[in-house]
Amino acid sequence: MMADLDLPFIFAALLGLSILIYVVLDGFDLGVGILFPFASEAERDTMVASIGPFWDANETWLVLAIGILLVAFPIAHGAILTQLYLPVAVMLVGLILRGVAFEFRAKAPPKHKRAWDIAFCGGSLMAGLSQGFMLGLYIMGLSYTWWHVGFALLTAVFLTVAYSFIGATWLIWKTDGDLQKKAVKWSREGIWGVIAGMGLVSLFTPFVSERIFDKWFGLPQMLYLSPLPVMSALLIGAIFWKLRRLPMDADSYAWVPFVATIALFALGFAGMAYSFYPFIVPEALTIYEAASAPEALSIILVGTMIVLPTIIAYSVLSYWIFRGKATKLSYD
Amino acid sequence: MDTLLLSRIQFAANISFHILFPTITIALGWVLLFFKVKFSRTREKRWMDLYMFWVKVFALSFALGVVSGITMSFQFGTNWPGFMETVGNVAGPLLAYEVLTAFFLEAVFLGIMLFGASRVPGWLHTLATFLVAFGTTMSAFWILVLNSWMHTPAGHELRDGVIYATDWWAIIFNPSMPYRLAHMLLASGLTVAFLIAGISAYRLLRGDRGGDAATGLRFGIILGALLIPLQILAGDMHGLNTLEHQPQKVAAMEGNWETQGNVPLLLFALPDEEARTNHFEIGIPSLASIILKHDPAGVVPGLNDFVAADGTVTHPPVAPVFWSFRIMVGVGMLMLLASWAGAFLLWRRGADNLPRPYLWGLSGMSFAGWVATLAGWYTTEIGRQPWLVNGVLTTEAAVADVPAPMVLSTLIVYLAIYAILMVAYIGVITYMARKAAKGEPLPRDERTIGAQAMAVPAE
Ligand code: HDD
Ligand code: HEM
Ligand code: HEM
Repeated sequence: MMADLDLPFIFAALLGLSILIYVVLDGFDLGVGILFPFASEAERDTMVASIGPFWDANETWLVLAIGILLVAFPIAHGAILTQLYLPVAVMLVGLILRGVAFEFRAKAPPKHKRAWDIAFCGGSLMAGLSQGFMLGLYIMGLSYTWWHVGFALLTAVFLTVAYSFIGATWLIWKTDGDLQKKAVKWSREGIWGVIAGMGLVSLFTPFVSERIFDKWFGLPQMLYLSPLPVMSALLIGAIFWKLRRLPMDADSYAWVPFVATIALFALGFAGMAYSFYPFIVPEALTIYEAASAPEALSIILVGTMIVLPTIIAYSVLSYWIFRGKATKLSYD
Repeated sequence: MDTLLLSRIQFAANISFHILFPTITIALGWVLLFFKVKFSRTREKRWMDLYMFWVKVFALSFALGVVSGITMSFQFGTNWPGFMETVGNVAGPLLAYEVLTAFFLEAVFLGIMLFGASRVPGWLHTLATFLVAFGTTMSAFWILVLNSWMHTPAGHELRDGVIYATDWWAIIFNPSMPYRLAHMLLASGLTVAFLIAGISAYRLLRGDRGGDAATGLRFGIILGALLIPLQILAGDMHGLNTLEHQPQKVAAMEGNWETQGNVPLLLFALPDEEARTNHFEIGIPSLASIILKHDPAGVVPGLNDFVAADGTVTHPPVAPVFWSFRIMVGVGMLMLLASWAGAFLLWRRGADNLPRPYLWGLSGMSFAGWVATLAGWYTTEIGRQPWLVNGVLTTEAAVADVPAPMVLSTLIVYLAIYAILMVAYIGVITYMARKAAKGEPLPRDERTIGAQAMAVPAE
C-alpha cells in the first residue's frame, strides 16, 4: 500500500518544510544574535530572554532537516555535504559558540559576560554567513569557481541581513519601549537588504541553467507563477508601510511585520524549490535517483505522520505559554 | 597523516566531547524530577535549593550536549558518506526516530521546564520536567540501538553491496543492545552521583552551611553506592555477551594472545603487537578464565586466532583496548570503594561530620564518571576496529575523500574550541559552587525559574 505512494516526493516535501521552518525559526534567533552589537547591555538581556525558551527547539529543525536528507537521500547527503565541507564546519563552530554562550553569559562570573556576548554575536554571524554561502553555492550547482564563490559570498551577506531583519521584526513583537523603537529602526534599514537579496537570487537563478529558465519563462507556466512575485511585492509593500507606523498605541499590530516576513520567506523558498525540483543535487541527481529503499522510507513515514503533528502541536503550545512581551518573561 | 586517520581522530574527538554532556543530562533529568517531587512532598527548602543549583548545571550541560550533537549529525555526511550509503536503510530510520521521538520532546519541554514555572500550573511544570528526562533517555535508547547494531548487526540482508532491513524487531533488540543500554544508563547515573557528591563535598569544604550541600552529598553517595554493584554486574554480563559475539575484542581486553585455559587476569602488562606478546605481566592466575567461563580451566579465545594466513590482522589494536578497559574497571573499583566507605561514614557520623580528607577525595572524583565512560567507549569502539559495522563495512570503506589538510584544519579548530569549552564548563560549575558555599545568590539568570515560582504548590 505504501509502495504506491510517491515516497521520494513526500520526503522531498518534508525536507523542504523542515528547512523552511528552520530558516524562519532559527533565522529570527540568529538574527537577534547578529543585532547584539547595536544594543545596550540591559537590552541584550531582554533580547536573550525573548528567545530563551525557543532557540533549542528552533535548532532541532536543522537536525530534522539534515536527518531527512541523511535518511531519505543518502547518496545526495554525502555528495552535498562533502562539497560543503568547510562552510559546514564554519556553521557548526558558529552554532556551538552561540549555543553555549547563551548559557554561559548568564552563569559565568560577571567579568566574563562581555566575552560570551561576543561569542554569541560572532557565532550567530558565522552561522548566518555560512548558511548563506552554502545557499549560493547550491544555487550555482555546488562547484567552486571564482564566479560561483563570488555569488555565494553575496548570498552569504544577504541571508545574514535577512536573518537580522526577521530577528528585528521578532523583537518588535516581543519587546516594548526603547528596544522596540530600536527594533523598528533596524527593520526599516534591514528591509533594503532583504529586497536586494531576494531580487538578486530571483534574477540569477533562471540563468544558472536553461532548464530553470524554461521552467519560469515558458508559457503557460509564467502565468501560473506570476502570483509568486506579485504576492512577494505586495508583502514587502505591506511590511514597509507598517514599519513606517510602528510602534502604535496599545501596541497594536506589532506582530504584523514578523508574520508578514515569515510569509515572504515562504514565498521565496517556494520559488527556489520550484526551480530545483526534481533535482536534489542541482542538475546532477534527482530525488528519485537519490532516494533510499521504499521499506526504509515507509517505516519513517509512519512515524513522521504521527509524530510531526504532535511536535507542531507542542511547539505551538510552547509559543503560546511564552506569549507576551519578553521583559515580563524574565526571572520567574 | 592521511584522511582516514584524521577523520577517525576528528570523529573520536567530536563524539567524545558530545557524550560527556548527555552522560550528565540523561540521569540529571531524573534526579531533578526527584528533587522537585521531594520538595513538593516535604516542603523543605533544601530540596528546592538543590533543584535550583542543579537545574543550572543541567541547562548548561544540555546546551553543550545539543550543540555538540548537531556537529555529530553532520559528521556522517561530511566525513563518512560510505556509512549512510551502505547501511542507511537501517541507520536512517533509527536516527529519524531519535530526532522525532526524543530531540523535539526534550527541546520543546526544556523551555517550559527552565522558564515556565510561573507561567504554567505546577502539574504541567512537573510533567515538562518528566518529559525532558524521558526524552533524554529516549535519545540514549535510539542511539544505543544504532551503536549496538553496529557491533552486533542482525535483522538485515546484503543486496548489491547495500544493507536492507528485514526484521526491525531483530534490529532494535539486537544481541548487545540490552547490555549496552543498561550499562550506559547506569554509567550516566554514576556520573551524576559522583558529580553531585563531589561538588557538594567541595561546597562543604568551603564552609557551605546551606543545608542543601549536605543533602546533596548524602544523595550522591547513596546513589553511587546503590548503582555501582549493579554496574559491575551489568559490565560483567556485557563482557560475556561480547565474548560470544566479538571474541577478538575480549581477547584484546584481556591481552590474551593464545587460545588457552587458565588465563590469568592481567593487572598490568605492556602488549606488544610486533612481537605478539606482553611485557612485564602482572596477573592473578586463572581469574580471567573464571570470570569469562566460570571455570579455572575455561578456554578463552586468543588474538593469534585473528591473523589470516597471509598475515592480515583482523583483531583490533591491542594496547588501547587493553588499557582503556583497565582504566574503566579501575575507576569502577574506586567508585565502589568511595561510595561504600562514604555510606559507612554517613551512617556512623552523619553528613555534616565527614572527615575532610574523605571530602577532598570525593571532590577530586567529581568527574570520575566521565573518565570511566570515555574509557568504556574507547574499549568498545576501538575494539570493533577494523570494522565500522561488524563484519559488514570497514571503517576504511566509509571515509570521505575530503583532502587531508581540510580535515586537519577543521580538527584543529574543533579541538581548540572543545578545550576552551571544557575549561569554561568546569570553571563555571566550580564558580557556582563557590558562590553557593559563600551563601551568595547565584549569578543573575533571567533564564531559570525563581524561588517564588517554586514555592507555588507544585502538584
Ligand atoms: C561510569 C561508567 C562506567 C563504569 C564504572 C564501568 N563501565 Fe563498563 N562501560 C561504560 C561505562 C562504565 C560505558 C561507557 O557505558 C560502555 C561503553 C560502551 C557501552 O556499552 O558501555 C562500557 C563498556 C564496557 C564493556 C565493553 C562492551 C563491549 O564489548 O562493547 C565491558 C566488557 C564493560 N564495560 C565492563 C565493565 C566492568 C566489568 C565494570 C566494572 C567495574 C565496568 N564496565 C565499569
Ligand atoms: C558516545 C560515546 C562514544 C564514544 C566516546 C565513541 C568513541 C569512538 C572512538 C574513539 C572511535 C574511533 C575508533 C578508532 O578509530 O579506533 C569511534 C568510532 C566510530 N564510532 Fe563511536 N563512540 C561513541 C558512540 C558512538 C555511537 C553511539 C555511534 C553511532 C551512532 C558511533 C559511531 C561510530 C562510528 C561511525 C565510528 C567510525 C569512525 C571511526 O572509526 O573513527 N559511536 N567512536
Ligand atoms: C553518532 C552519534 C550521535 C549523534 C549523531 C548524535 C546527535 C545528537 C544531536 C543532533 C543532538 C541535539 C538534539 C537537539 O537539538 O536537541 C544530540 C543530543 C543528545 N544526545 Fe546525541 N548523538 C550521538 C551520540 C549520542 C550518544 C552515544 C548518546 C548517549 C548515550 C547521546 C545522547 C544524547 C542526548 C541525551 C541528547 C540530548 C541533549 C543533551 O542531553 O545534551 N547521543 N545528539
